[in-house]
Amino acid sequence: MRIRLLDIAHARSGDKGDTANVGVIALEPRWYEVLDQFVTRKRVADHFEGMIEGDVERYELPNLNALNFLLHGALDGGGTLSLKTDAQGKVYSTALLRMMIDVPDADAMRLQLPAAK
Amino acid sequence: MKKVVRVAAGQGFWGDDLDAPRRQVDGGPIDYLMLDYLAEVTMSILQKQKERDSSLGYARDFVGAVESVLPAVLDRGVKVIANAGGVNPPACAAAVMSATEKSGARGRLRIGVVTGDDLLSGLDDLMSQGHALANMETGEPLSTVLDRVLSANAYIGSEPIVEALKGGANIVITGRSTDTALTMAPLRYEFDWAAKSWDQLAAGIVAGHIIECGAQCSGGNCLYDWRSIPDLANVGYPLVEVRADGSFVVTKHPNTGGRVSVPTITEQLVYEMGDPHSYITPDVVADFTTIRLAQDGENRVLVSGIKGKPPTDKLKVSVAYRAGFKAVGTLVYAWPDALEKAQLADRVLRERLDRLGLKFEQILSEFVGATATHGSLAGDQRAAPEVQLRFGVRGPDRAAVERFTREIAPLVLNGPPSVTGFAGGRPKVEEIVAYWPALIDKSVVKPRVDIIQ
Repeated sequence: MRIRLLDIAHARSGDKGDTANVGVIALEPRWYEVLDQFVTRKRVADHFEGMIEGDVERYELPNLNALNFLLHGALDGGGTLSLKTDAQGKVYSTALLRMMIDVPDADAMRLQLPAAK
Repeated sequence: MKKVVRVAAGQGFWGDDLDAPRRQVDGGPIDYLMLDYLAEVTMSILQKQKERDSSLGYARDFVGAVESVLPAVLDRGVKVIANAGGVNPPACAAAVMSATEKSGARGRLRIGVVTGDDLLSGLDDLMSQGHALANMETGEPLSTVLDRVLSANAYIGSEPIVEALKGGANIVITGRSTDTALTMAPLRYEFDWAAKSWDQLAAGIVAGHIIECGAQCSGGNCLYDWRSIPDLANVGYPLVEVRADGSFVVTKHPNTGGRVSVPTITEQLVYEMGDPHSYITPDVVADFTTIRLAQDGENRVLVSGIKGKPPTDKLKVSVAYRAGFKAVGTLVYAWPDALEKAQLADRVLRERLDRLGLKFEQILSEFVGATATHGSLAGDQRAAPEVQLRFGVRGPDRAAVERFTREIAPLVLNGPPSVTGFAGGRPKVEEIVAYWPALIDKSVVKPRVDIIQ
């Protein structure tokens, strides 16, 4: 089943220099396993290809049902040097929530995941 | 010893809601009011102000904030802790003293002034002693920009603030202390947490991290269920009720808007997060993967389980340096084919800048309403009702940037059609003060505490 990340997670993002971070949080604790399994470092790097210049790092926070991604080279130099509208990476959060993931039907049924409209 | 210590946040950055400090002391019982004024670029702005007038260089909003909460400080014993001192904490303290004298505060205020974070005057010595202050992101030594440095401050921890409180201060003013130290210090002071009580200290850091951005943990900027968050016009700023074991409840005063829930707190916990296993501060390294959250009644979240480990022997240093000039201009193009028209305008403008022989380090054009924030992820925007071309340049030559600002307006008559939204006039040239993060040995930074009254 095709799932849109926006329908199973919320997120907040911020900056540290030229790096944006995106914390992605499962809307239901039981959906954390879906984030953990399908929102991989590689998937996120592919999602943002062309938008960021550096690597992606991923950290797990099962205690908060959350993943934290660091997007390096995401802010056109960052801080006051950046000419971007989103120089502080505030809305990389919702950009990540655009991601579509394909979850096996059995898992989607078991976890009562909402199908993408 | 108090069983519960209440620390309320009344300011998340310089420019935050001016009335929030007063609402925090009037809305219910609190012991400490914590005000965070300093973002990364703030120190350099303050340094520029101090260069023009040696009695400035601090967050002037703080003086009004103290006046607005003075009865609570004098009559109820609420203590105020703020990093409002910027690059001139003594001047900030003097301004507070003089503004409050007429309000019956004479002899009743004891202001703790924390200094020693300012490394600017000793920078040459530090470099000649072998402290490279290399950029944490690029590895370059500071010597490459040394002649353009405006300010240099070490992020200092909670100890000098604790010392000021022990000295009887009811207001503590710091320069570049860490944001989290402003919350941690009163907890260490009240509960007498030892320097190696890593778990309690880590809890203090997490409490500080949660409330240091003001209402951003209590319903502000919250994506989760945002439509249902009540009364943001009267949003309640957060406070923490902390126990001696380090567990604490995040809440807000009754009869305020906003929300404190597990989702609102979680969003703030991940804000500006790096490696969650190691949130590094001068006092302790906190492990955010150990935090437990639980709803504890309406608008109350219990935070517990936090583990910490010893800090490193370095302090972070924030250096600000002049990094050239920039300007950003905008024009709005309307349907039909708004995006295509804006894209043509972008090409025309680039060609004209090229013909003028203007050189920039960076040219960035964005299409607001189409791809500015989400890039190609936003999908096909050719049908957009309007698109704003947002065109920015940056470079070392002020004259080139100035010349660029004159190239936007002509496009209204000599560029693509359906253009509007140029009433704001010519873009302004701005000097860039950039931020240079570095590390320095803790042993060379000597915080100092003075009590004035």
